[in-house]
Amino acid sequence: MLPLLVFVPALAAVGLLAARGLRDRAVRWIWTAVSVAEAGGAAAMWAARPASGFGYEVDVPWIPGLGSRFHLGLDGLSLPLVAMTTVVFAASAVYSLRHGDRPRRLAALFLALETTCLGLFSALDLIVFFVFFDLSIVGMYAVVAGWGHGAQAARSALKFFLYTFVGSLALLVGFIGLYLSSAPRTFDMVALTAQAPLSGRGVAGGLVLLAVTIGLAVKTPTVPFHTWLPPAHTDAPAAGSAVLAGVLLKMGTYGFVRIAMPMLPEAWRRYAMVAVVVGVLSALYGALVALAQTSFKRMVAYTSVNHMGYVLLALGAAGMVGGSDSQARSVAVTGAMTQMVSHGLITAALFLLAGVLYDRGGTYRMADWSGLAGDAPRFATATALAAFASLGIPGFSGFIAEFQIFTGSFGSTPIGAGLALLGILLTAGVFLSALHRILLGPSRGALATAGASGHGDLRRPGDLNGPETAAVAALLVLSLLIGLFPGPLLDVIEPASRGVAALVAR
Amino acid sequence: MNEKPLALLPELILLLGAVATLLSGSFLPRRRQGVAGLVAALALAGSAAVALAGRSDQTVYGHSFAIDVATSAIRVLAPTATLLVLLLATPRIAGNRRQTEFYVLALLATLGAQMLAGSSDLLVLAVGYLLATVPLYGLAGWGRDAGAAEAALKLYLFGALAGVVMLGGVGLLYASAGGTRYDELASGLPAAPRGLVVVGVVGVLTGLLFKAGAAPLHFWVPDTVHGATAGAGAVLTTVPKVGALVAAYRLVTVIPADDGWPVFVAAVAAVTMTLGNLAALAQTVPQRLLAYSTISQVGYLLMAVAVAGHRDALPALLVYLAAYALANVGAFAVVAATPGRRRLSDYRGLARRRPAVAAALVVCLLGLVGTPPTAVFLGKLTVFEAAWDGGWGWLVVLAAVNTVVSLAYYLRWLVPVFAASPDPSPAGSAGRSAELAAVVAAAAVLLAGLAGGALYDAVGGTLLR
Repeated sequence: MLPLLVFVPALAAVGLLAARGLRDRAVRWIWTAVSVAEAGGAAAMWAARPASGFGYEVDVPWIPGLGSRFHLGLDGLSLPLVAMTTVVFAASAVYSLRHGDRPRRLAALFLALETTCLGLFSALDLIVFFVFFDLSIVGMYAVVAGWGHGAQAARSALKFFLYTFVGSLALLVGFIGLYLSSAPRTFDMVALTAQAPLSGRGVAGGLVLLAVTIGLAVKTPTVPFHTWLPPAHTDAPAAGSAVLAGVLLKMGTYGFVRIAMPMLPEAWRRYAMVAVVVGVLSALYGALVALAQTSFKRMVAYTSVNHMGYVLLALGAAGMVGGSDSQARSVAVTGAMTQMVSHGLITAALFLLAGVLYDRGGTYRMADWSGLAGDAPRFATATALAAFASLGIPGFSGFIAEFQIFTGSFGSTPIGAGLALLGILLTAGVFLSALHRILLGPSRGALATAGASGHGDLRRPGDLNGPETAAVAALLVLSLLIGLFPGPLLDVIEPASRGVAALVAR
Repeated sequence: MNEKPLALLPELILLLGAVATLLSGSFLPRRRQGVAGLVAALALAGSAAVALAGRSDQTVYGHSFAIDVATSAIRVLAPTATLLVLLLATPRIAGNRRQTEFYVLALLATLGAQMLAGSSDLLVLAVGYLLATVPLYGLAGWGRDAGAAEAALKLYLFGALAGVVMLGGVGLLYASAGGTRYDELASGLPAAPRGLVVVGVVGVLTGLLFKAGAAPLHFWVPDTVHGATAGAGAVLTTVPKVGALVAAYRLVTVIPADDGWPVFVAAVAAVTMTLGNLAALAQTVPQRLLAYSTISQVGYLLMAVAVAGHRDALPALLVYLAAYALANVGAFAVVAATPGRRRLSDYRGLARRRPAVAAALVVCLLGLVGTPPTAVFLGKLTVFEAAWDGGWGWLVVLAAVNTVVSLAYYLRWLVPVFAASPDPSPAGSAGRSAELAAVVAAAAVLLAGLAGGALYDAVGGTLLR
């Protein structure tokens, strides 16, 4: 079942590439159908999941000489992310029913990218994880370079590739360090987690953690490795941005929870303060820079840095074993996992909305827009809801996530959590001022009739069309459902995060 | 004496193939010289096929030639690499007056590499050395221009010097052990005067390190590879290296380990990988970049030689050699497929114009870095693992640091490939067969990596002497 879920998109991609004669319309519908079916498959697997431990395990020898196996499986850490991935990809596909040129190749690329993302989240072998990690970089590079807009698209794509690829090499060095120190030698994540091979090895554990952390921090991204993110987002097509922010960023944070913390518990505990500091810096810096942006899309991109900062703060707090009870630490991990899912849904929606903005007016500049509340009520409603969800208003998933993050972190790092809390205020300011600028004010249509030109074409911008509404609404409704009824999600995440918190504390 | 000519069938096929190629080339008009190339390709394919089909581990001709897992691996690997080289060289050499000569020289160099790899006797080793070296002088100078002349002369001077030193070493070892066969060396050397043995071994290793292109005998590599044609460069940096590294491995297993030879080889490995990497960082010409990259790769490969005899060292060396050979030939095939682009900056916009070539280059170069899932990753990792288990932790750390550094210069080549080209790039869509060679090599590097389990099954076994 799980390999099917992972590889069906790739097979569909190969099929689409082979079917040269296919009409564009058919391609878009096939893409949508496969993506939605994937989401359905993930939902079915969610419903039929085992009560605890890994479900849907596949474990076949791959490279016996290296102790590397093709090992996949889903537990409470990976299942929510796999489900979120399928939802974000389905939303991107639905959105793309009316967007994107050369749809056959674009669809193939997105489907292949979906395979790499699902494969990464379900991988239980470091080499399998790494291969999917690298392939996702290549896929996203192709999306930005091939379908990006703006003169700098190729350059931004290259910057993204270089940063994350160099980061991945550091990650690989870390993996090899884990492998060489394990006995018996293995790349298997479950076995490595059980062994925690570098515990009690002092410097070596710190160095391996450093290598792994650099690789994951570039991907997440955290300050100071975040500089690839804004240009990549600005130039990526809307669906690409949604996937990049919604799914690919989670690879970094997921790596911390799945690899760095349980496999290197001693080193993680020793350097937990570093994670807290980096998390707080990312949260504050991301929010402050977002506040200064004039482009709506760049602003959303920087809030991603801010939101990933909270995740790192929580994971660092979970490593501060002295001075906190185990309950608080597992709440912090649960909050971090919930934040990954929540951020994936909300940011994907925000980026799709930014894509609509660009599609209608060819610009992301907030100064070029005003009065959209009157001109495009559906767009305005969706943007307002997504913005409020992103800034953590109760009722949406962001609140559940951030509430748990701060509850779990205050005990161990009151100062860090207190500082990061300022980030929430800043984000609120960011989104409110953005909403104020683009949704309120005189309508552009009114500007056109008044003759106050200067912005070229001042027709009334078209409101969200059917597919756009469906894509954004699906993401926001899911976020709302999690916000109102967090039980089903937390039931899955909580046992796994208790496990992680216990593994770190051992 | 176990004289079985048929046990040497792969070598005989290469030899007869070389003669047949020469003869057919002599009697064919210039525009039909491709037929001679076909004969050469058939000989290579036949040789590899015979080696692949039947392997019976034994030593022949009085234990002077060992047919074991290492020899068999090289018997498949060297002709395969040469076959790809013939494919990639075709656009450059087709229609040339000396087209047949290229084929014959490449065949003989391959034969020499196989002799080097299989020799279990210092005299056979010396013969193999000459056979693997002399044709390369001709191959390096094949282009007959200023660059080729420099390439050939540099290679010749280094080769002649290293050859003389090597023969001197052979003589000293013969004097100390009372024999030249490796089993005699293994039993005779421990009792022999230490100074004599040390000088002798250094002498023999000098020849092999020259062939492999290791420091401090690496100076010929960049100039020769730059001056020679892309095809000749690919042969020079692949085929003899493969033979010489296996020969070095064999030699290190028979000399007394307590004389500190592992330290010597480890030091050579460390210096070689570091020098190659640092020099490669500054290169702006793809051939020179590849030349220095091959030097650094030899450094990593020598790590396996330093722990020769370790359980995992031989499979690691053979897998790494195979993966390296494919990736390296693939990169040279890209150079051959883009004759109009002479500097790294000329590769701007390649990805848009020729996506297949660009994709092959990405796979081969990232393969040379050692990125999963390419086969080089497996080879490199197992070599690191063997060295780590052998107690060379510092060497592994140095190699890991070097690997990270190496990414910088491979990316210096890849970045322009994917950058937008401001103006129409130089023409040069010619070279379909070179493009094919690049794609085949890249696909092989990937597939071998994905089927890594089978690869390790194929190279399990021990050396004979």
